[in-house]
Amino acid sequence: MPDSHPSAVTEPIPADSVGLITPEVAHFDTPLALACGKVLPAYDLVYETYGTLNAQRNNAVLICHALSGHHHAAGYHSLEDPKPGWWDAHIGPGKSIDTNRFFVVSLNNLGGCHGSTGPVSHNPETGRQWGPDFPMVTVSDWVNSQVRLADYLGIERFAAAVGGSLGGMQVMQWTTAYPERVANAVVIAATPRLSAQNIAFNEVARQAIRSDPEFHDGWYAEHDTVPRRGLKLARMVGHITYLSEDAMGTKFGRDLRTNDLNFGYEVEFQVESYLRYQGDTFSNSFDANTYLLMTKALDYFDPAAIHGGDLARALAPAQCPFLVVSFTTDWRFPPPRSRELVDAMVSAGKPVSYVNIDSPHGHDAFLLPEARYQAIFSGYMSRVARDLGIREAR
Amino acid sequence: MMRADLELIYDWVPQGAHVLDLACGDGTLLETLSQQKNVSGYGLEIAPDGITACIARGVSVIEHNLDDGLGAFADQSYDLVIMTQALQALRRPDKMLDEMLRVGKEGIITFPNFAYWRHRVHLGIRGYMPVSKSLPHAWYDTPNIHLSTFNDFEHLCRDKGLMIVDRAVGVGDHRGHWTSRLWPNLFGEIAIFRVCQRT
Repeated sequence: MPDSHPSAVTEPIPADSVGLITPEVAHFDTPLALACGKVLPAYDLVYETYGTLNAQRNNAVLICHALSGHHHAAGYHSLEDPKPGWWDAHIGPGKSIDTNRFFVVSLNNLGGCHGSTGPVSHNPETGRQWGPDFPMVTVSDWVNSQVRLADYLGIERFAAAVGGSLGGMQVMQWTTAYPERVANAVVIAATPRLSAQNIAFNEVARQAIRSDPEFHDGWYAEHDTVPRRGLKLARMVGHITYLSEDAMGTKFGRDLRTNDLNFGYEVEFQVESYLRYQGDTFSNSFDANTYLLMTKALDYFDPAAIHGGDLARALAPAQCPFLVVSFTTDWRFPPPRSRELVDAMVSAGKPVSYVNIDSPHGHDAFLLPEARYQAIFSGYMSRVARDLGIREAR
Repeated sequence: MMRADLELIYDWVPQGAHVLDLACGDGTLLETLSQQKNVSGYGLEIAPDGITACIARGVSVIEHNLDDGLGAFADQSYDLVIMTQALQALRRPDKMLDEMLRVGKEGIITFPNFAYWRHRVHLGIRGYMPVSKSLPHAWYDTPNIHLSTFNDFEHLCRDKGLMIVDRAVGVGDHRGHWTSRLWPNLFGEIAIFRVCQRT
C-alpha cells in the first residue's frame, strides 16, 4: 500500500488511487491463429490488475485500450512517476470503475510496444527482432488473445468489458464473438467502422512513418536508429484529430511564444510548440511498427461487412446490456457514429442506453473526468454490481 | 408511489408488451412495467438528470430530442408508444402523434388540460396565465409551447382519423372524480388518451 512507503516523493499518492502497481506477464504456448492467416506460435501478454477477484469470480472488469494505450491504466509504477495510468480518472477506489467492488484487468494488446509480444519482441524463428515481420493483428485477434488471458486468470465471465475509441471496438467484438463471457458492455467514443476521413488520417500517419529515411522498411532497429521524424508527424496529425477546434482555440488561440512575428519557419505559435512537444514525447516512447499495426487494426474493423453492411445482424449474437457514450465535440468518432451503433442495437432488440456528453475536449474527452460523464459511468457500474450481487470488499 | 397518470397507464399496458416511452423522465414507469409486467423496451429522454436516474436503475434509455422525430425506429415495431407530459413541449405535437402511431400499434398520451376550471379562473377571471400543479412554470420560462385541452386533442384525433380507444382524467394526485369523468374538459387537470389508427 502507498502509505507504507517512505514519503520521499513531493506529492503523496492520492487516497482514491489504486496505489503502486507492478505489471505482470502471462505467457501462452498455445498457437494463436490470426485473421491474416498467420499463426503466432507463442506470445506474452503484459497486464495489470486492480482490486480483488471475489470468491464467485464474477466481479472482473476488462479494460480495452485505444491506439496508443497500454496496460498501465491506473495507479503508479513508482513513487517518482509524474503521472498515473491513462484512465486513472475513472479507475480506483470510489471512482466510476470502483476497485473496492471490481477486479479490474488491463492488458497491453498483441503487437503493442509496452511488454506484450509485438514488433519489438524477439522472434524465436529468425533470432532477430520481429520488426515489420510481426503479423498484422486485428480487433478479433486481440479479443481472442484476451479470452486466453481471462482463462489464465480464472475469469469465466466479465462483469463488464469497457473501452474507449479502439477499445470500444474490442468491446463490441467481445459481445458478438463471446456473448456468454461478458455480462455488460461499455462502448465509449467509438464507431462501428472507420469513415473514409478516419482512414485518410491514418494513411497520412503511416506515410509519415514509412517515408522517413530512418524507417528502413521497418528494420530501423537493426540500423540502430528510430524513424523519429515520421512518428512525430504521425502523432502530430493524430493529435489534431483528438482535440476539438474549440479546445485548441481555448488552449492556444493564436498566442505567440514571443511577442513578435519572426517571418520564419521556427516555432512561433503556441499550438506549434505544443504539437511538436507531443510528437517528440511520443516518438521517444512508441514503436513505429506498432503504430502502423494499430492504425491498420482500426481501419480493418467493420463487423457489419460480412453481413452485407447490416450492423443489426452483426450484433445479433450479443446478449448483454450496452452503455454507449459519445462526446459532443468529438469529430474523430462523432456522436452520429455512436448513434448508428445504438440504432442498430435497438433494431436488433438489444438492451442499450446512450448518452451524448457535452464536453469541449473532442475525442480526448473519454480520458478526462467530467461530472456528467462520471455520474453516468459510475451509475451504470453500480447497477452492474447490484445486478450481479457484487459487494464492496472489506 | 407513481404519479397518478402513470398509475393509470400502468393498468393499460398489457403483460409482456414491447414499449417505447417518450420523455421517460427518471424511468419509474418503465422500471415498474419491466419488473411487474415483464415489459421490454426503451425510454427516450433529453434531461441529463432523468437519463442518469434511468441508467442507475437499469432502464434502457437513449438520449434523444423528440423534436427530431422517431426516424431511427422502425414502423410498427412497438406494441405501445407512451408519451407523458411532453406533448405540450414539442415543436409539432401533431407530427409526433403521427410518428407515435407509425412506430407503435397504439399510443398513450398525457398532457395538462388547459381548460381545467382552475386554469380558467386564472385566465378568465383573474386575467393571468395559469400556474398550477400541472402547469408549474411562469409564462416566460415555461417549456410548454403548445398547450391544449381535452376538446382540442379529440378534435385533432378526429381530423387525423384516429380512434380514441380510451380516455381518462387525472386531478391532483389521484384519478378523476365522477364530475371530471362527466365533464373532463372542465374538471380534468390531466388528460389521458389511448389512441390507435382506424383499421
